[in-house]
Amino acid sequence: MFDYTFHWRQAFKALPDMLAGAWVTFETAALSMIFGVLIALALTVMRELKNPLARGFANTWVSIARNTPSLFQIYILYFGLGSMGWHVSSWVALLAGITFNNAGYLAENFRGGLKAVPGTQVRAARSLGMSAFQAYRMIVVPQLLRIVFYPLTNQMVWAVLMTSLGVIVGLNNDLTGVTQDYNVKTFRTFEFFAIAALLYYLIAKAIVAVARLLAWRLFRY
Amino acid sequence: MFDTSFTWNDFLYLLDGAWVTLQLTFWAILLGSFAGLLCGLLRALLPRATLPLAWVLDVFRSVPLLIQFVLFNSFKSIAGIDISAFAVGCIVLGIYAAAYFTEIVRSGVLSVPFTLRRASRSLGLSYLQDLRYIVLPMATRVAFPGWLNLVLSVMKDTALVMWIGIVELLRASQTIVTRIQEPLLVLCIAGLIYYVMSLVVAQLGARLEKRWQEND
Repeated sequence: MFDYTFHWRQAFKALPDMLAGAWVTFETAALSMIFGVLIALALTVMRELKNPLARGFANTWVSIARNTPSLFQIYILYFGLGSMGWHVSSWVALLAGITFNNAGYLAENFRGGLKAVPGTQVRAARSLGMSAFQAYRMIVVPQLLRIVFYPLTNQMVWAVLMTSLGVIVGLNNDLTGVTQDYNVKTFRTFEFFAIAALLYYLIAKAIVAVARLLAWRLFRY
Repeated sequence: MFDTSFTWNDFLYLLDGAWVTLQLTFWAILLGSFAGLLCGLLRALLPRATLPLAWVLDVFRSVPLLIQFVLFNSFKSIAGIDISAFAVGCIVLGIYAAAYFTEIVRSGVLSVPFTLRRASRSLGLSYLQDLRYIVLPMATRVAFPGWLNLVLSVMKDTALVMWIGIVELLRASQTIVTRIQEPLLVLCIAGLIYYVMSLVVAQLGARLEKRWQEND
């Protein structure tokens, strides 16, 4: 039954390349999180507005992002835009897809967080002479970010895991892409992907650890 | 501009793919629910002894699903286990769902106040009776929304099984795109099917939740 010999040495030789890929993965995830948070904040504000157009747009965004697979979202951006004559690279499609997805999920989290900030505080801020934007920037958003900090780290881990989908649209320099390249060349599927899995696990754990440190540093009043 | 070579048969082919997606979701959730229920109860009732279990399940939540599919698929060939790709998809998704469901069940069980359980024990209920009549009904109400979210997310994650060669909804749309070269239209139809499936599951869940709340 077990007549397979593992060739770990070959896989370990590829480790530097895979670490470089891991860095690309992390970078992509971090970028998508930065854009995702900004868009999600905008979407959250838009959902609070009275303007039906803005609200409809934000609601549509959130419900599409949450009700379709992220792979489908990346596909639409890669093949769909391509068929309209916009040729995007697979990395851009991946980044845009994950950002779209992150923004949708985070907007839902932010809405929950927004409910936890009492409305009276906004009114108090306004009566102190702050403009609406100032009240949001200095009163609501800092408290909001504190409440959603834990979901935010969760989403960051999700974003790292989602970058592995890039390989399906042909990305070859992130961690999964590099691994797949080696896999195609050597057919040592199990060894290479086991190391990739380990690296992903380490990245995820590192993010959680850093987030915990940050939370300890930031939220001690 | 609006003439298309998308035929009725193509649509039926997509629906076939959607059926595979639903089957995968069903089996994965069935497996994940039983395993997750067991692990979650163990985690909540024996927190110290089952700490290693928590670490193991954490691995499944920190490694991309795509890589889990590839790893398990190649492990299957290495170990010479003769099962279909569909079974591989169900097992991997099932374990993945179980890893998440364990946490949901654990937090559900822990949400039942300990004093309540002590009260039930002092009324003469045995340990199992306490679990059956006090913890189960209360924990179910807490855990159900989480479970529903899990069903929806597993349904979306089934899209990844295309990588190990199962023709489900997204792969089916890919096949049609290759033939008729109208990616935007075909993908939009596939997306609509996903959207409708998610919406129906979410609606059913919301209705169930409401019916339970009437009896509270």
